[in-house]
Amino acid sequence: MDIGTSLINVSLLAMLFVVAIAIVRMRNLFAIVMLAGAYSLISATWFVVLDAVDVAFTEAAVGAGISTALMLGAMLLTSRTAKSERALLGAVPFFVCIVTGAVLIYATIDLPALGDAVAPANAHVGAQYLERVEGEIGVPNVVTAVLASYRGFDTLGETGVIFAAGLAVVLLLGFGERSLSDRGAKSRRGGKTK
Amino acid sequence: MTSHHVILRVISKMLMPVIVVYAFYVQFHGDYGPGGGFQAGVILAVAVILYALVFGVPEALRAVPALFAGSLAAFGLLLYAGVGVWAMLNGGSYLDYDFLVNEPAGGHAGQHLGILLIELGVLFTVSGSMLTIFYAFAGRVAEIRDEDW
Repeated sequence: MDIGTSLINVSLLAMLFVVAIAIVRMRNLFAIVMLAGAYSLISATWFVVLDAVDVAFTEAAVGAGISTALMLGAMLLTSRTAKSERALLGAVPFFVCIVTGAVLIYATIDLPALGDAVAPANAHVGAQYLERVEGEIGVPNVVTAVLASYRGFDTLGETGVIFAAGLAVVLLLGFGERSLSDRGAKSRRGGKTK
Repeated sequence: MTSHHVILRVISKMLMPVIVVYAFYVQFHGDYGPGGGFQAGVILAVAVILYALVFGVPEALRAVPALFAGSLAAFGLLLYAGVGVWAMLNGGSYLDYDFLVNEPAGGHAGQHLGILLIELGVLFTVSGSMLTIFYAFAGRVAEIRDEDW
């Protein structure tokens, strides 16, 4: 990996780190939602550097786009700031974090280098897909061929999960128009009991 | 909400058709570049959500009713699953697109048709579900107040 790419990697990861720290320390929910969107956007940029454009696109559309909008919608239902907590500087959580981080860093020693040709991800089934897509599917984008055709069952399952998520939210909260029309009556009732 | 935020309303009105066209570009260009049903569905939903954020949820509900969004999500999943059943009826295994059309061996028409249809199913389900979730959350506050911008 050349020096320019390393510099981009380091600066993007540093930005992710700074944004993550800022999110943890903030109490203003609006700022947190916006920073979470920025975090997703920086991750998406980083995925582009790693040559994972499909993942980057999904991260930008889902992470930075729709989740920010949904979080804003959810935030409007609650208060604007999180409750300030007591500084939890207990020894046990600190110890757990340090140990988990050390274990994760130790595990990265075994990871193959980025783009390693003999890494399991590139050698076995990945190479098979790259060889056979041209003759079997005839679609230039291998990612689409794998997602839609070879792994059609998985994608069907994912689509089912998304549908189930929408269904669950509707069952819990109701369709928009019903809750809108109830709103006046509900808040009046709430006012009386309080 | 109707008399102020003029810049916001004008700009978002100009952006919305572009967002929708871009969503369809991402959808139908998924075979050749990055993108596909998931991303396109999210972008399509964002266009309506932007409309709801700027013009208010009731206006958006008049344009795209919540029942329509929910039905769209269900229809997408049925379309996806139906393609699999269609392949089975033609003698293949479930979701084996090679059996969708009668073609000489080595042809890719079945694969192309199958991928097109299931990506459409994903588009419908993702955009419908995302809109439904947004309506469920945002429908509970009547209007976004000025200080929230």
